[in-house]
Parts: sequence; C-alpha cells; structure tokens
Amino acid sequence: MAERSFKAEVKKLEAGAGEIFSGEGILAVTKALLQSGVAYVGGYQGSPISHLMDVFADANDLLASLDVHFETSASEATAAAMLAASVNYPLRGAVAWKSVVGTNVASDALSNVASGGVTGGALIIVGEDYGEGSSIMQERTHAFAMKSQMWLLDPRPNLPSIVEAVEQGFLLSEASSTPVMLQLRVRSCHMTGDFIAKDNIRPPLTVAQAAAAPKRDLDRIVLPPANFLHEHEKIEKRWPAGIAYVRDNRLNEWFGPGEGDIGIIVQGGLYNNLNRAQELLGLSNAYGDSDIPIYCLNVAYPLIPEEVADFCRGKRAVLVIEEGQPEFIEHELNTLVRRADLQTRIVGKDVMPRAGEYSGQVIKDGIAKFLRAWAPSMAFAETVQTPLAPAVAAEIPQRPAGFCTGCPERPIFTAMKLVERELGPSHVSADIGCHLFSILPPFNIGNTTMGYGLGSAGASAFRPSAASGDKRAIAVMGDGGFWHNGLTSGIGNAVFNKDDTVTLIVDNGYSAATGGQDIPSSRADNKDRVTKTPIEKAVRGVGATWVRAIDNTYDIARMRDTLREAMTTPEKGPKVIIAQSECMLNKQRREKPLATKAMKAGKRVVRERFGVDPDTCTGDHSCIRLSGCPSLSIKPNPDPLRQDPVAHVDNSCVGCGVCGEVSHAAVLCPSFYKARITVNPTGWDRFKYRARQAVIGFVQKRDDRARAARAF
Amino acid sequence: MTGIARDRISIAILALGGQGGGVLAEWIQEVARHHGWLAQGTSVPGVAQRTGSTVYYVELARQEGDRRPVMAQMPLPGDVDIVLASELMETGRALLRGFSSADRTTLIGSTHRIFAISEKAAMGDGRKSSARIIEAAGERSKRFIGFDMDAATARAGSMISSVLFGALAGSHALPFARESFEDVIRAGGKAVPSNLKGFEEGYVAAQGVITMPVEETVALPVPTTIAGQRLADRVADILPLPARANALHGVARLMDYQDAAYAGLYLDRLEAVARRDVAPFLLSAEAARHLALWMSYEDTIRVADLKIRASRVARVRDEVRVTEDQLLGVTEFMHPRLQEVCETLPASIGRFILGRPGLSKPLNRFFRKGRHVETTSLTWFLVLRTLAAMRGMRRKSLRFIEEQARISDWLRRVGDAAARDNALAVELARSQRLVKGYGDTFERGLRNFQTVTALYEAQVPEARSASDVRRWCDLALADDAGTALAEAQRQAA
Repeated sequence: MAERSFKAEVKKLEAGAGEIFSGEGILAVTKALLQSGVAYVGGYQGSPISHLMDVFADANDLLASLDVHFETSASEATAAAMLAASVNYPLRGAVAWKSVVGTNVASDALSNVASGGVTGGALIIVGEDYGEGSSIMQERTHAFAMKSQMWLLDPRPNLPSIVEAVEQGFLLSEASSTPVMLQLRVRSCHMTGDFIAKDNIRPPLTVAQAAAAPKRDLDRIVLPPANFLHEHEKIEKRWPAGIAYVRDNRLNEWFGPGEGDIGIIVQGGLYNNLNRAQELLGLSNAYGDSDIPIYCLNVAYPLIPEEVADFCRGKRAVLVIEEGQPEFIEHELNTLVRRADLQTRIVGKDVMPRAGEYSGQVIKDGIAKFLRAWAPSMAFAETVQTPLAPAVAAEIPQRPAGFCTGCPERPIFTAMKLVERELGPSHVSADIGCHLFSILPPFNIGNTTMGYGLGSAGASAFRPSAASGDKRAIAVMGDGGFWHNGLTSGIGNAVFNKDDTVTLIVDNGYSAATGGQDIPSSRADNKDRVTKTPIEKAVRGVGATWVRAIDNTYDIARMRDTLREAMTTPEKGPKVIIAQSECMLNKQRREKPLATKAMKAGKRVVRERFGVDPDTCTGDHSCIRLSGCPSLSIKPNPDPLRQDPVAHVDNSCVGCGVCGEVSHAAVLCPSFYKARITVNPTGWDRFKYRARQAVIGFVQKRDDRARAARAF
Repeated sequence: MTGIARDRISIAILALGGQGGGVLAEWIQEVARHHGWLAQGTSVPGVAQRTGSTVYYVELARQEGDRRPVMAQMPLPGDVDIVLASELMETGRALLRGFSSADRTTLIGSTHRIFAISEKAAMGDGRKSSARIIEAAGERSKRFIGFDMDAATARAGSMISSVLFGALAGSHALPFARESFEDVIRAGGKAVPSNLKGFEEGYVAAQGVITMPVEETVALPVPTTIAGQRLADRVADILPLPARANALHGVARLMDYQDAAYAGLYLDRLEAVARRDVAPFLLSAEAARHLALWMSYEDTIRVADLKIRASRVARVRDEVRVTEDQLLGVTEFMHPRLQEVCETLPASIGRFILGRPGLSKPLNRFFRKGRHVETTSLTWFLVLRTLAAMRGMRRKSLRFIEEQARISDWLRRVGDAAARDNALAVELARSQRLVKGYGDTFERGLRNFQTVTALYEAQVPEARSASDVRRWCDLALADDAGTALAEAQRQAA
C-alpha cells in the first residue's frame, strides 16, 4: 500500500472528451498516456515520479478495462527492457523513473532499444530530480539522450503543454522509429492545473494480441551485423525523420517580437521562470508578451538546425538559458551558428551560473547581465536586496531530513552507535533509502553511498586483515535496494568473493523512501502482486551462511548483541543481519484509523506513548543523541535552579519503545516512562485498578502529609 | 484587502514535513478558484518531507480574456505577497531566503519553536534566539502577524494548517470573505469541526498583537512550616539580595530532598562563600544555585521518591491526556547497577562489596539488565516506596560520603579563588553544571569535571583565569566523546 492513495484521483482518469481535468502534473501525464492509446506501462518509483506509479497501481481496474498492461518493474533496467515490446509491434508503451539515477540503471536496456529502434511509440518519462529538494547527484539526463540518440522533450511547465508533449512524443517516436524521453522537473510533477481532456483510447493492438502473433526481424536485434546497420540508420534515417517531425509540427515555440537585435533560447521547462524574471525586469507581462524574441525548446534534443539559424540570423547575440552542466545545447548552438556562417554571439554560461538550479532569481540576474553587455538601453539599474544580517541568519538552524517518529530504522543505528562505542568506528558503506539519513545528525554513521542496492558492493574492497586489527566493514542496505539489485550485486558478490563484511538489511516491508510501495518481501496482501517472499531465503539461496533475522528492531539490546557478534565472530564470509520491523509511517496509516474506529465503537483499546519526568531529567540529552526522534524534543526546564532545557516527548509519540530501550541499553537515566492508556476499560480492568489504587492512594496521602510536615 | 492592486498574488508556505502544508496550499487554491481566480500550486517533496523544511508555492491570478497567464513555479525573492510559516525558525528561513519584503509582504508566522536536531542534541543548552527572528520579521515585512499557533492548535485539537488558514483569512490579505474560507474546510469533509475551531483561533489571533508562547514562571517558595520560616529568615540575614531567590529555592529543595538540618548545612556552606563575595554578588547567586543542585544529587532514593508521588501521577495523566474514564499504567525504565546499589548502602557495606571482585562480579550478573518497573502496580510501588524510605539512612550511604567530599573540595576551590579573583570563583562555581545525570552520563560528567579541575590545579595560581575555566567547561560540553576537552588537555600538557 503506497503512502498516498489515489483512489479518488483515479476517477478523474475516466474523464471524456471536453471535460476539464484538474490535478497534479503527474496525474495529467497519466491521463495523457491513456488518451494516447498506450498498450503497456511500467516503471520504478522514486521522487518525483512515485505518484505516477501509485496512480497506475490504484487504477488497475480502469487499466484492465482498457486492456492496458501495467507492472511495477523490479528496477529501471527492467522497465526499460520492457520497451522491447515496441520494437517489433505497433504497441505504444511508456516507462517512468527518477532521473538521473534511474536512467543510469536503465542505460543498458535503453542503448539496446535505441539501437534497434522501435515500431510502436516508446516514451520514457523521467522525473528530473535536480535542484532544490533533490537527494541525488546533480547530473543531466540530456547526456543519455545524446549518446543513445533518443529525443528529449522538455515541455513548458503547464498542464496543456505537458499533455501535448506526451501525445506528440508517441507520434515523434513512431515517425522516427526512436524512443523519446519526456523530462519532467520536480515542480512540474507536483504542480496543479487543468486541461481539457480527451477520451481514453483502447490500444489498437494489445500486448496479448501481439504475443499471440509473434514477429521476428533480425535487423532489429543488436548483434553484428545489424548493430553497425543501426548506427547508420540512426544518422541517415531516424535523425532526419525526427527533425522533420519536430519542425513540421512546430513542437518548439516562438514568443515575443519576430525581429530583434538580441534573443533568448530557453529550455521549455524553464520558460515560466524566464517569463517571470523578464516580467520583474519590465521586459514581459503576465501573458508572456516578451519584448525580446524567444525561441523555446520544447524539444531539447535534437536541435533543429534550420530553426536555430532562422532565429539567430540578424541577431547580434542570443542568450541561452540551459540548466545544468555541461552546457550541451550551448555547444551545439555554437556549432550550428558556425555551420550556418552566422556572426551571432551565443551567450550562455558566461553570464549564467555554470552550475545549480536556474530559479527565477538566477535567470533574472543572468538576463540583467546579458542586457548590460548587449542591449544597455534595455537594462535596468541593479537592485540589490539587503540580505538578512549575519547575526540573525546564524540563529536559523538547518533542518536535515531525519527518521520519522517511531521509525524502526532508528534503533538499528542506535545499536550501531553502541557497538561503535565498544569496538571503535568501522567503515560504513551506506545505501539509498530512508536509512541513508543515518549519515546526518544525530547518528553521523556512514562513509559513502554508491547507489541503490550497492551498499554491500560499496564495502567489497575492504577486506579485514590482522594488520588492520581485523576490523570488518559494515554495509547497510534497504529491502528496496536489496530487490532492486542488492541480492546479486551485493550479497551474491560477497559470497562469491569470500568477502568478510557485515551487511545489515533493513527490511521494513515497503519501498519506504519512495512512498511505501510494495516489494517482493512486503508483508501486505496485494491482489495484483506476489508478496511475502522472505529476504532470508533469498540470501541463503545465493550462498550466505551466517544469516540472522531479527524480527523486532526496537529490541536494541538484541540488535546490538547481534551486530557485535557479526563483527567479532571467527566465521569467514559475509555476515548478513536482516532487521525487520514495519515502516512506522505505513503502520500508523494502517492501524490508526482502525484504533480510532474501535475506540469510537466502545471497544477496549490500549494506546501507548512515552514521557519524560522533568524533575529527574538533568538535561544532558544523551537520549536525543542516540535517537533523534521528532517527537522527542526539549522544553524549558521547569526547575528554577536548572538552566539546560529538559527532554520532552510530545503528543506525536507513537509509543514505539525506542526511548525506553535506549535508556536501558545505553544505561542513561530513569526519566523515561511509558504510559499505557486503556480506553474503554472492561469491568475487570476497573476493578483491578481500583483495588490497587486504594492501597497506593492511601500510602501516597500519608507520604504527602509527612512530606508537608518537613517541607519548607 | 491590504493593497494588492495587481492581478496576481503569490504565496509561499514554509512548513515542516507532516504539518499539513500541502493541505493548506490546496485550501488556498480552492478558495481562489471558487472566486474565479486561477490557482496553481507547486512544491518540492522528496526527502525534505521527512522532517525537513518544505516550501510550497501558490500563485493566484485573474485571467483576462482567453489567454492564460504564465505562472511561476517558485517564489522569487522580493516578489512574494504573503508568507505563511508554521514555526518561528521557518519564519526566519523565509526572511533568510528573501521571501518577505518590507514594502509588500504580509508575513504570518507562528512564534512557537520546533527545535532542530542540532538544538536538541546539544549537551547543554543549544537553543537559538527567538527574539532576533521576531525583530527581523517585523522589520522585513509590511505586516507581521505572529502568535503561538502550536498552542492554538492544541486548544482546537486541529492541525496547524487550519490555524494558518484562519490567520490568512483574518489578515484580509486575500480579497475573499471569511465564509469562503470556511466553506472550503467544510467541503473537504475531513475533521471539519476541529479544523473550523483551528480556523477560528487563527482568524481571531490575526486581529491581535504579536504574542510569544507563554513561559511558565516559578514563584518563589513561601515557607509553610516553622523550620522553613526559620531557614527563610536565615537566608535574609546572611545572604546578599541577588542570591536570595536561588537560596530559597535551594532550601526548599533540600528540605524536600533530605531535611531541615541538611538545608541548614547548605546555608552554612553558602554563607562561607557569600562572606568572600562582593557586589553585584553573582558568585553568591551562582553558588546558591549550583550548591543546591549538587547537594540534591540524583541517587536511587531520590528517583524512587520522585516517581511514586501522587503529584507525579497527576502530572503524567495531564501530559499524556488521560481522561477520567480511561485507565493509566506507567512503566519506568530503570537500570540500577551494582555500583548504584552499593552506593545507596551504608558506606562500609558498599565499600566492602565494591572492593571485592570475587563478590561484586557474581553480584553484577543480577544488575546487567534494565528493569521495566511498573510504578502503577502494587508490588513495584511498594518496592520504590521502600527505597524512598531509605532517605533516613542516606547520610550513612557511600554515595553521600563521596559527594560531600567532592562538594567540600569544590567549595574550598571556589572560596580560595574568591579571595583573589571573583570572576574566576564564579566560573568555578558554575563548573558544577558538568556533573549531572545517571549511569554512564554521570560518569562522563564527573570525569569531565575532574579533568577541568585537574587542568585548573595544574596551573600556577597567578595564571588561573575565569576565561580558561569557562572555555574548558564549554569544551567538555562540545561532544560526548570528550574529544575537544582531551585536545585542550593535550595542549596544556
């Protein structure tokens, strides 16, 4: 079950011709796929594209009624390979993932499908995780489009343009026998808006029909001699066909006056930022009536030489607004201008920042610089914003991402910290997933992260020897990464190479970091997928022998002891610990409504939460340094003599138990208590309570009197 | 409407993951659409949503004719009409990012704090200054509406998003009537009554002045017994005015901790310090504080005593929000080690056990595990009650003897320093703050204290300075592995 349910939104996907469809960008893409008669869809979840996968998963009935095949692929490589269905058959297919990381994983299959070319339209929707809020390396998907010669669409960020890009993408793909990538930036994925819907189209040919009548064409298979043929075909046939389609259907756009001394070429996805920047400089208005000619690249690759030449002709200088680096478009534009023998100066990264997100502010500054150099009459005086005084700015703390309240991964790292205290620090190879937050405060655990499912592989060079004190490296891997490729590239590799490392697999039942999607080892029942495949069996299946499954990560003492054993056991070969407790976010989503319902129905429900006694807490905050739970905070010390703030548990506590376990395992302090609140107690509950309370109350009253007698 | 004479209104929402910022952004768009405005919302989720800070951006525009205006996808510094921030430092972050401008922005921010991990994890007090943010918020906005939205949320039983929504309506920064805001909440159909209550809280507060969260103040203790009165009189007789408040708290605390005689010992010790003090008598005030804290060191007896009081149960009930018809059970996480048990025993017995590994090792086995102590069960209550009753024997306990020796030693150093350098004596008195906690924490604190003392003692008297002592104490609190202090020690050697 995914973090967010799209059951309500899925109804919107049924909208027919003429109806206004309103919703998020990612939902609009989904609808556009159905309007395009897509026959199959696959992909791998990850921000900012997770919701597309979730919407499809929730829309299973609708998809079935249209005979559209949908699967949540095991990895981006799996998804890309699925496009093989469009090679021989006129089947339209779409796959989606987070880029650039997903594209990296998919690149082998992408190269293959791009080499052989496609018959049916093949669309690759990449959620470009670049700029603010990104969690990955800052690279460009553009490079993949160039090296494999796939076309890259980067539509203007409004829903009608995005929807049109999907529809045109399939047509372009078919016209040029080339897979097409559609790039969606983070903000576009989550942007609300509306467009006028069309009817959904049942695929003219379904995957089942294609399977029933297989076709084979040796020329489409990447094997000599066809592979050499493909390269020529790309250059001589597909490229010209692609350019012709883009040009003839005017996929790129022009704004502002027809003529001008200067101009701007912009990636479609940045158009709105550009217009706002211009507006604030007094060079455009809310409707995009620019004073400067603009050539908007809704197709970022390939460039259309005639269009470029036409735009640049007669202009002294053209500013290129191209986000990320290297500046592929700028390079290509320079080549095209040279070939057309034009004297236009291409101005790009010399006025724009070489790296980083092109926000409205950045573009505004860049245009101002460009104008001062090339059109001083249009340039405005510089306005300088006074930054916040450093003394004030220093008071604003960073808020690094961290584990959620009650997260079952937190105690794993608490245990690691405790073992670290005993045995000294180890090299820790981290992986991708929520567990990566261990590298941030308060845990500060983890030395490198090499990619999804590559935690173990990242530790493979570290072999303990007597000289190094026999210190084993520790690898962390999530269940998501494990099934993505960690089983083979990590555990299988470690067994095969007789590695002597410790791998901690965090098995929380979901692909949690991407929004709680099901994976093979999920404990949930899923009518469309096979779940409950144990990681332990898989690990043993590839030959690991020292394997420990811990079914309760909150048992810190056990976690600590098992980890210590793994670090010190004389047994050679990889040591695998599978730490299993359900993702708390998902658990709460599942259980909280049930508990609320039961409470309302008058049923006996026990809820637990933790608290801190402020009069025994001395304000050292060791507990926070070993936990970092959002619900464990601090508050002013109510003791007039003490000055340091005391620890405090707020009402968001879910009673996971870590606080108590930490204070036990680390021998901290007796200030934590667990409150067990019985809602709708039974008669027997009440009787026991009253009987106890009679004695306790009596003693307490007597003690109170005695205390008052010797009090101040 | 406060003068937004344009066809576009841009709104930035700064919230923390899980605060309902997304819902708030939705609501605002709904209200606008209802009034025929175009509305677009964007955000950057991803990992930021896991407890990090997130910016949602909403743009409202009026459309003329058939053409759609081009909407931006992120707030531009200097071009934001309304900023909504769900916490004080997020308000600060809006200022830092330039979203709020003095000539146009209505800045609506909560004045309560959700502490960042760096503030929470500090070994002492790592909290950042709220006052500076409030001041800057006033300077860098056209209008600043600030109040404790967390308290409002608690009163309403709602999410903070509905309080912000109410404050937005109440600010009249949007050209829409209050009813349309409320209609959107109703149409949402989720938690409608509590959200409307939260909305009301926000709406009303937006009309008022800027308010900070209410901080509890502790009143000076008033004597209730003859013994108490006698000690209070003594405080007035022997101590300078600036030290009296702390001393009264100290006396009350030590009478509760042990008895009137023990509080008398406290005043004897304090008097000795005060006699060497000069105006403004900071040393006496600080000594009153730290001596009281040290003399009421946390031992097993004290913890047991505090855990079983009726007042404590009442406090827990209140904190975890137990209603009359619900039953409460409380479990403590105690980890008494042999060390602590022996320290509670009469000194001779305690020393006897701890001094013989043949005896203490096998006994240790019984104290290796933490105990889940259910104070609401009869058995454990009576066990703790028995422990608390050992208060009468405390003076004979090993720990008592050890602590009194440490205290005397410390006071002697403070007194000696006071004769020469008052500021140095103040810092020495304050160095007591290093000694706190239980178990491992206590041992680390004591170790740090002893290191600082050793560093101090190693200096020739003329070289000793207040700034050195303060620096060492700060270093001791810089990290819990003792790295920073060890480095200072290495340099000193």
